[in-house]
Amino acid sequence: MRRQILALILKELLAVLRDPRSRMVLIGPPLIQLLVFGYAATFDLNHVPIAIYDQDHSQASRDLVARFAGSPTFTVKDVLDNDRRMNALIDSRQVQTVLVIDRRFTRDLLTHQAAPVQVILDGRNSNTALLIEGYVNSIVSGFALGWAQEHGARAPPATLDIRARYNATLSSRWFIVPGIVALLTEVETLLVVGLSVAREREMGTFDQLLVTPLRPIDILIGKGLPGLIIGAAEASVVIATAVLWFQVPLRGGLIALYLGLAFFILAITGIGLAISSLVATQQQALLGAFLFLVPSVILSGFATPIANMPGWVQALTLVNPMRYFLVIVRGVFLEGAGLASVASQLWPMALIGAATLAAAGWLFRKRVT
Amino acid sequence: MPPTPEPPAAVRLENVRRAFRSGKRMITALEGITASAAQGAVTGLIGPDGAGKTTLMRLVAGLLRADAGQIEVLGTDVGREPLAVQARLGYMPQHFGLYEDLTVEENLNLYADLQGVPRSARQERYAQLLHMTGLGPFTARMAGRLSGGMKQKLGLACTLVQPPELLLLDEPTVGVDPVSRRELWEIIGHLTREAHVTVLFSTAYLDEAERCDAVLLIHDGRLLGSGPPGAFTAEMSGRSFYATSGLGRRRLQARLAAAPGVIDAVIQGSHVRVVTAEAHVPDPAALVAEATDLALTPTPPRFEDSFVARLRTRPLPPQSAAVRTPEASASESQRAQSHSGNGVSPEPVIIVHHLTRRFGAFIAVNDVTFSVGRGEIFGLLGANGAGKSTTFRMLCGLLPPSEGELRVSGFDLRTAAATARSRIGYMAQKFSLYSDLSVRQNLRFFSSAYRLEGARQSARIDWAIGEFDLAPMLESSARDLPLGFKQRLALACALMHEPNILFLDEPTSGVDPLARREFWQRINALAESGVTVLVTTHFMEETEYCDRLVIMAQGRVLTEGTPEAIKGAAHRPDRPDPTMEDAFIAVIEAASAKAVA
Amino acid sequence: MKSASLLRLTGLMRKEFVQIGRDPSALAVAFILPAVLLMIFGYGVSLDARNVPLALVVEQPDALTASFTGQFAHSPYFRPRYYLTIQAAERAMAAREVNGVVWLRSDFSRRTLFPGAAPIGLIVNGVDANNARIVEGYVQQVWAQWLTARLGARPYLPAIALEPRVRFNPAVISKDYLIPGLIAMIMTLTGALLTALVIAREWERGTMEALMVTRVQMREILLAKLIPYFVLGMGGMAVAVGLAVFLFGVPLHGSLLVLTATSTLFMLAALGMGLLISGIARNQFVAGQIAIITTFLPAFILSGFVFDINSMPRAVQLLTHIVAARYFVSILQSVFLAGDIWSVILPNAVALAAMAVIFLGLARANARKRLD
Repeated sequence: MRRQILALILKELLAVLRDPRSRMVLIGPPLIQLLVFGYAATFDLNHVPIAIYDQDHSQASRDLVARFAGSPTFTVKDVLDNDRRMNALIDSRQVQTVLVIDRRFTRDLLTHQAAPVQVILDGRNSNTALLIEGYVNSIVSGFALGWAQEHGARAPPATLDIRARYNATLSSRWFIVPGIVALLTEVETLLVVGLSVAREREMGTFDQLLVTPLRPIDILIGKGLPGLIIGAAEASVVIATAVLWFQVPLRGGLIALYLGLAFFILAITGIGLAISSLVATQQQALLGAFLFLVPSVILSGFATPIANMPGWVQALTLVNPMRYFLVIVRGVFLEGAGLASVASQLWPMALIGAATLAAAGWLFRKRVT
Repeated sequence: MPPTPEPPAAVRLENVRRAFRSGKRMITALEGITASAAQGAVTGLIGPDGAGKTTLMRLVAGLLRADAGQIEVLGTDVGREPLAVQARLGYMPQHFGLYEDLTVEENLNLYADLQGVPRSARQERYAQLLHMTGLGPFTARMAGRLSGGMKQKLGLACTLVQPPELLLLDEPTVGVDPVSRRELWEIIGHLTREAHVTVLFSTAYLDEAERCDAVLLIHDGRLLGSGPPGAFTAEMSGRSFYATSGLGRRRLQARLAAAPGVIDAVIQGSHVRVVTAEAHVPDPAALVAEATDLALTPTPPRFEDSFVARLRTRPLPPQSAAVRTPEASASESQRAQSHSGNGVSPEPVIIVHHLTRRFGAFIAVNDVTFSVGRGEIFGLLGANGAGKSTTFRMLCGLLPPSEGELRVSGFDLRTAAATARSRIGYMAQKFSLYSDLSVRQNLRFFSSAYRLEGARQSARIDWAIGEFDLAPMLESSARDLPLGFKQRLALACALMHEPNILFLDEPTSGVDPLARREFWQRINALAESGVTVLVTTHFMEETEYCDRLVIMAQGRVLTEGTPEAIKGAAHRPDRPDPTMEDAFIAVIEAASAKAVA
Repeated sequence: MKSASLLRLTGLMRKEFVQIGRDPSALAVAFILPAVLLMIFGYGVSLDARNVPLALVVEQPDALTASFTGQFAHSPYFRPRYYLTIQAAERAMAAREVNGVVWLRSDFSRRTLFPGAAPIGLIVNGVDANNARIVEGYVQQVWAQWLTARLGARPYLPAIALEPRVRFNPAVISKDYLIPGLIAMIMTLTGALLTALVIAREWERGTMEALMVTRVQMREILLAKLIPYFVLGMGGMAVAVGLAVFLFGVPLHGSLLVLTATSTLFMLAALGMGLLISGIARNQFVAGQIAIITTFLPAFILSGFVFDINSMPRAVQLLTHIVAARYFVSILQSVFLAGDIWSVILPNAVALAAMAVIFLGLARANARKRLD
C-alpha cells in the first residue's frame, strides 16, 4: 500500500479517537444499545399477570391452578369468584389473561368428557396473546398427562414430541443478541464513514486534501478502510460481550464469521461513502444515514422474519446487506455454520459492496471535479 | 485622557471580567475592563478576532452576565434588569440576525411586532427606513437573496424600527464592499446627528477607528487604550516616515523591520512606511547599512501605528522577533527590474483566459482574464460575493470552469496528474486544519500527503517547527491553538513540500496586526526566492504587499495593475494621496457609470 | 402591556408559519417522514407467520398418516414440503429451506393402537425463538384438530377442551396491534425532532440572538414555537391515523375525541422534549443526534410496542416509565382495538399530562434570555 494512503488512514483514525465527541459516539450508544437490546428486547414471556376464575373449587382444579402459580411464565394477580370483574381486568390491562375453569371440570374429567377450560386473552398485543396461548396449552397438557397417569386413564393415541434445534430453550435472547452484532456494526460503520467526508467539507480541510497529490481514489480508500477497522473492532467487542456476558453459544467457526463481517462492512462502507459524497453538511449526512438505517434494520429480519412480509417488500430486502449478514451471524453463533454454508450469503453482499463503492467513486469524482 | 466637559455615559463598564469554559480549560474572554461610551457619540470597539469584542457587546446587551464587575447601560444595571435595558436598545449581531427565508417587509414586520410599534405608525417609519437604506425597491425580495451590503442595511433597519436610544452593531462591516461600508457610516452619522442615538460599533478594521468619536482598543480580552482616535494618533506624531531606497522595497522592508529603534516597517506603494520607537528622525545611515541612498520623509501617523506600538511594548510571549530572510537570491535584481515598470513578468506561471463560471442562471465569475509571472505576489481583491473565491477555487482545480481556459505551470489542475499538484501549496480560508489532530500530527499528515518520506520528511517537519515557532504547542490539538498560531501552522503545512506556487485564501483575516506583519514578512521572503503567490483578500491595505492585483466586483475584473497604478488612477485634485479604498470605490463608481451609459 | 405581548406572540407565530410554508424540510419531517416510516414499518414488521415452509417426513404412508398430513395442506399457516427421510429433511432445515420438520416414523400407524405410544416428532428451528414458538403453537392446533376429528367422541383421557377467546383482536392480526404502537413511536420522533431542529437553526443562524435583544420574553418565544409546531405535529398525526385506518385497515373502535385529546397531551410532551433538547444543544447536528437517540430508540424498544414490558427485567421496567411513548402506545392500542376504555386511558393520560408539564417546565426553566 502506498504510504500516503497509510498516512490518510492513520489521520482518520486519530481524528475519530482524539475527539471526545466522536469517541462518545463510538462507545456510548453501542454500549447502551447492547444492554438495552440484550435485556429489554425479548419475546420470552415472564411474569405474565393472569387472573383465575375457578368455578369448580375441586382438588383437580386447584391442582391445575397450582401449575400456573408455579410457572415462571405466569404470575397469578387475582383470583375471582364471579365474572363481573373479568372483562374489566383485561380491559384495564391489569391482567393479560383470565383462565376460567368451568363448574363441570372435575365431573367431565371423571366422566371422560371434554372438560372445558376457557382462556380469555388480550388481543391488543396479538403476539403476546399467541404466545400465552401456547404456554397455557402446554401447562394444560402437562396437567392432563399427570392426571391420566394418576387415574390410570388412557392417553391419546398419538402425542407430540417437540424439540427445538439450535436453541433448545427457545430463548429469544439467543436470537436478538447475535443480531445486535449486525445492527451495531452497521450503525457505527455508517456513521464513521458517512460523516467523515461531510465533517471535512464543513471544516474546509476537504479542499486542502483535494489540492494535495492524493488522487480521488486514494481519498476514497483512505476514508473507507478506517470504517473497516473501526467496524471490525466494534463487532469484535459485541461478539465477545455476546459470548461472555449474555452466554450465547458460539458454535461455528470464527473464520466464517469474520469473512462475513468483512463483506458486510465493505457493503456498508460503500453505502456510507455514497451518502458522504452526496451531502454537504454533517447534518445532511446524519439524516441520510438515518433514512437508510431505519428501513434497513426493519427490513432485515432483525426483529421480525422476512418471510412474513408481503412479496414486494421481500424483494426489496434483497438489496439490504444486513439481511445476509444476519443469516451468517446467527448461523455461525447458533447453528454452527461453517464457511460452506455461509458462502451463499457472501456474494450478494460482495455485489452490493462493489456496486455502492463504484457509485461512491463515481459520485465522488463528479463532486470533486 | 477624556475631554473635560464630559457628556453623560450611556454605557459604563467597571472592572468587568468574563470567562468561558472550553472543555476542561477556562478561557478568559475579558479581564479588568473599565470603560465608558458617551451619550450621543459613536464609540468604536476595535480589536482583532478573538479579542473579546463580541463578548463585550453581548454583556452590554444583557445576553451574558459578567463574572465580576459592574455594567451600567442607560443608567440601569443590565445584569439585574436586562429586559428594561433591552427595551431601549437596538442590537445587530454578527451576520445581521435576519430571517433569510422572509422578505424584507416580513422581516421589518416581525421586528415591528416584537418592538411594539403601533400599526398606525409603521408605514411612515418604514418609508423613512427604506429611504435611508435604499431598500425601497426590494421590499418583496427574500432577505437571503440580498447582497451583503443590502443585508447589512436591512439588519440595521430592523433594529431601528423602534428608534433605540443605544445602538449596538457587532462587526457590521465584515465582508461588505467599501461602497456599502461608506454608506453605512453615512447612515450612522445621520442617526447620531438627527436622532441623537448612541452607537457602539465593533470592528476588526483598524482604519474605521478614525471615523469614530471615541475608541476602545481591546486585545486578548484587555483594554489597550481608550479615548478619541486623535489622541491615539497624536501619541505617534513625529514617529512615522516613508523610506525610499534603490535597494528594492521588499529587501528594504525586511532590513528596516529588523533595524534597531524601528517598531514597524510595512510596504506602502513603492516606499516602506517606518514607525520608530521614539519621536525623532532617525539617522538613515545607521538604519540599514546596505542602503546608502536611504531617504526618510515624515508622514502623518495612523491609528494602526499606535496599536502596533502598544502591542510592541507589551511583554510578548517568547517569540523570535528576528525575521528570517533568505539571502538575496539571484532573482532579486531581475524582480526589481520587472516590477519597477508596469510590465508583466516575462514568464507567466498562472494564465487565466476568459474564465467564466455559472451556477444555474447566476454568473459568479464573468469573463475573467489575467496572468501571473514567476515570483510575483498577485492579489484578488473584492467584497464577499465578488467572485474572487470562485476564481480561486477554479485555479486550484476544486471547481470546473463553465467556459474559458486556465493554466497553472502549464497544467489544468483539475485534470493534472498528482505530480503537478505536488508543486503547489494551498492555504484554505479560516486556516483549515484537522482540529482533532495535534500540531505534530498535522505536520506529519500533510507532509505524507505531499509524498515526503523518511529523512526528508523528518527534516521538513523539524524545519517547520523551528521556522514557525511551533515547539511550545507541538502536542496540543489544532482546535485549541490561538488564531495566530493556527495561521502559522496552516502556512507551515502548505509549505512542507517546498512548492513553487502558493495559493492563499484570505490568509490574514482576523489575526492581529503583528501576526499579519510576520505573515507578510514570510510571504515576501518566499516571493524573493522565486515562489509565485496568489492571494485573495478583502483588506484594502494588504494589497500594498502585492506586486499586482485585480479588483473584482459582481464576477468581473474591474481593473488590473500595480497598487501604485490603481491608486494613481483615482488621483483627483481634492484627493492628492488616495488610499486603496478610495481607488476601489472610484473603480466601482466608474464601472456603474459605464453600465448606465 | 397585555396587548403588546399578544402583538409579539402573533408576530412571531406569523413568521413561523410563513417559514414553515417556505421550508420544504419542515413539511417533510412533519408529513412525509411519518408516512414513509409508517409504510416501512406497516409493511415490514409482521409477526404473523403465514405459509411457513414445513418439512413432512412420512416413512410409511398410509390412510392414517395421510389424514394427519392432509391437515397441513389445508392450513393457511403452512406450506408443506415432503421428504422421504428424516436426514433429507434435517438437511433442508440446516439449509434454511424449511422452518420445521414433522416426522412420522415407519411404525406410526401400528403404534397408534397402543395408547400414548405413537410419538409425532416435531423439530423446529429454534434460532428465531419467537417464530419457533408460533410454529409450535400452530402444529399443536393441527394435532388437536386431527385428534378430535379422528377420534370423535371416543373417551380418551384426559381431554380438556381449551377454548381460547381473544378479546379485541379475534383474528390475532399482528398488524392491528403494531400499527397503533408505530404511530406513537413515529410521532415521538417527529415531534421532538421538528422543534429541536428549528430552534437549533435559529441559534445557528444568529437570529435567536437578535430576537433576544428585543422586548420579547422567553415564554413568548417558546409559545410561538410550540403552537405552530403543535399544529404541524397534529397534522402529521392525522396523516398517520388516516393511513392506519384507510391503508392498513386497522379498526378504530374508540372515539376521535379521545384520540384527539390524548394525542394533544402526547404531542405537548414530545414538543416539550424537543424544546428541551434545543435548549441544551444549540446546533442542528447535535440536536438531531440527541433527538434520535433519546426518542426513537426508547420509543422502539421500551414502549411496549413490540416487546412486552411485563417480560423485561425489573430495572428495565422502571426505566420504561420515563418514556412518554409507553403511555401513548397503551392508549392507542386500546383506542384503536378496544374502544374508549377509561381504566386504561385515564391513568395513562394523567402520566402523559405529567410528562408534558415536566418537559415543558424544564424547557421553560432552561430557556433564559441569555446566552450563557
